[in-house]
Amino acid sequence: MVENGGKDKVFNCGVCAVAAAYAFVTLLPLLYIVASSFSAPDAVNTGRVGLWPVDFTLSNYARVFSDTAILRGYLNTSLYTVAGSAITLILQFTAAYPLSRRDLAGKKFWNLFFVVPMFVGGGMIPTYIVVKSLKMLNTFWAMIIPGCVGLFNVIVIRTYISTAIPYEMQEAAMIDGAGNLRLFLTIVLPLSRPILAVMTLYAAVGHWNAYFNSLIYITRDELFPLQRVLQRILVSSESNLIGGSLGDTEKTLAAESLKYAIIVAASAPILLIYPFFQRFFEKGLMIGGLKG
Amino acid sequence: MRNETALPAKKSGALKKSGRRLLWFLVPSAVYVVVFHYLPIGGLVIAFLDYNSYQGILSSPWAGFKHFAAFALMPNFFTILKNTLLISVYSIAVNTVLPIILALLINEIRVKWFKKSVQTISYAPYFISTVVVVGMLFSFADYDRGVFNAAGRLVGIPAGNILESAKWFSTVYVVSGVWQGLGWWAIIYVGALAGVDQSLHEAAVLDGAGRLSRIRHVNLPQIVPMAVIMFILSVGNALNVGFEKVFLMQTGGNLPASEILSTYIYRVSLMSKLPQYSYAAAIGLFNSAVSLLLLWIANFVARKLGETSLW
Repeated sequence: MVENGGKDKVFNCGVCAVAAAYAFVTLLPLLYIVASSFSAPDAVNTGRVGLWPVDFTLSNYARVFSDTAILRGYLNTSLYTVAGSAITLILQFTAAYPLSRRDLAGKKFWNLFFVVPMFVGGGMIPTYIVVKSLKMLNTFWAMIIPGCVGLFNVIVIRTYISTAIPYEMQEAAMIDGAGNLRLFLTIVLPLSRPILAVMTLYAAVGHWNAYFNSLIYITRDELFPLQRVLQRILVSSESNLIGGSLGDTEKTLAAESLKYAIIVAASAPILLIYPFFQRFFEKGLMIGGLKG
Repeated sequence: MRNETALPAKKSGALKKSGRRLLWFLVPSAVYVVVFHYLPIGGLVIAFLDYNSYQGILSSPWAGFKHFAAFALMPNFFTILKNTLLISVYSIAVNTVLPIILALLINEIRVKWFKKSVQTISYAPYFISTVVVVGMLFSFADYDRGVFNAAGRLVGIPAGNILESAKWFSTVYVVSGVWQGLGWWAIIYVGALAGVDQSLHEAAVLDGAGRLSRIRHVNLPQIVPMAVIMFILSVGNALNVGFEKVFLMQTGGNLPASEILSTYIYRVSLMSKLPQYSYAAAIGLFNSAVSLLLLWIANFVARKLGETSLW
């Protein structure tokens, strides 16, 4: 960078001050929630909690993790996330790889085939009717199949593979007798690690935070993902989370700090993981943004 | 000479076969796309039928444009359309401008660890689920115990619940959306700014340009074309305002301002005891048609005003 003089120093300080203020404001709600989740219910309700826990306690978390609905939500969501991410990744990469090859038969057609549905779609009701006629309503599959392929992501992966992996390299392997599957598994996938990392993060976060499918396709409690359980507690406030030993007023009084503990417990897994993927998604989005 | 021509012949034969065999890879995803994208597009035909699940699509009676007319003549038609457009215009305006400003700011940070920390923090809210974000809003907005009222009391604002207010709905929606997505949306601009040719900056310095004027005359023009593309895409999505978040944020108090096309579709169909599938599909079709029109208009305007456009 070309930089000089005292004027620049003043400017740099100004930039840092504004950036620090922005970062603080962004973190503020999260700090408040974490502090409240470790505070006594009474301290939260009377507004005594700021950015540090008051009357430190773990009782909120103890209650969250002894609730059967939440635990089942955790378990269901974990299964949905693992199975769903696997399906998402397999479908996206097996779609993107052929599209990246210039020798794909009918390449123009296939590109259009995947791009058109990005702009036109049937919408909620026709999709519901399809899912219903496949007898998928109220099944495990309704949570992981509808919406599992991100068409935009397919295009991003295609672009990445065709720019990052020289076609000539694959051609050489082909002449040596390597089949497409071997090319895909031994050359293309290993060289696509950055985009694979990004897409794994996207898929996992998407399935972990998924709510829409459960709202439209699931009515049986035992299939509810974590987010649906959270919606009942956090948004609709219909919670019998707190044990029977408490009276009604005590229940509502305890509810706020409990809600904050639930928020932390539900969001922490992802918030702890994403920084490790940061360098990948900064790159991944760039490539997608340029050509997608 | 002979050997050299023989090789490409064999080569092209092997490659041709390989290009056709590649189609096997496409089978799973193509089946998926046909079933969950193209089939529902065909299913839109129920908008012109009196569909009921007993008779199915093939034998439900024909209804013509009945459902479209019913929707257009409904007393709330204009309110719902207005709410949808207002929320999306508001979001698009804010979400087009703010990420650019944040990216320009982040790009000016010279201390590496600080820059990376600011970025890491800026992404955090994006990874929090919509349900949790709306849940936070409800807790913060609580009349008795929420922090919004506690903070309001300090500066003398009368207590209330902003989630029960129709007047504040769009602002709460947009501001919480900015909190959640700003850092994420700035990523592509930050990336583009990192690629700005340094010789442009050097030339500007020689001409006596300060930091601010270099931001304006060197950095900003580099990302404007990208911003135009993002803008066109968001206009195309204008009517597809986030169903999940609006639906979760709806309360009795804010419903006059928070009922939008997609939530209304859900209300008259899957949420209803007497689901009106055809009526809901007709509104969905109307929604898609207007979206395509908006996309086309935005692209047309962008092409007339500058060089950047989608097609």
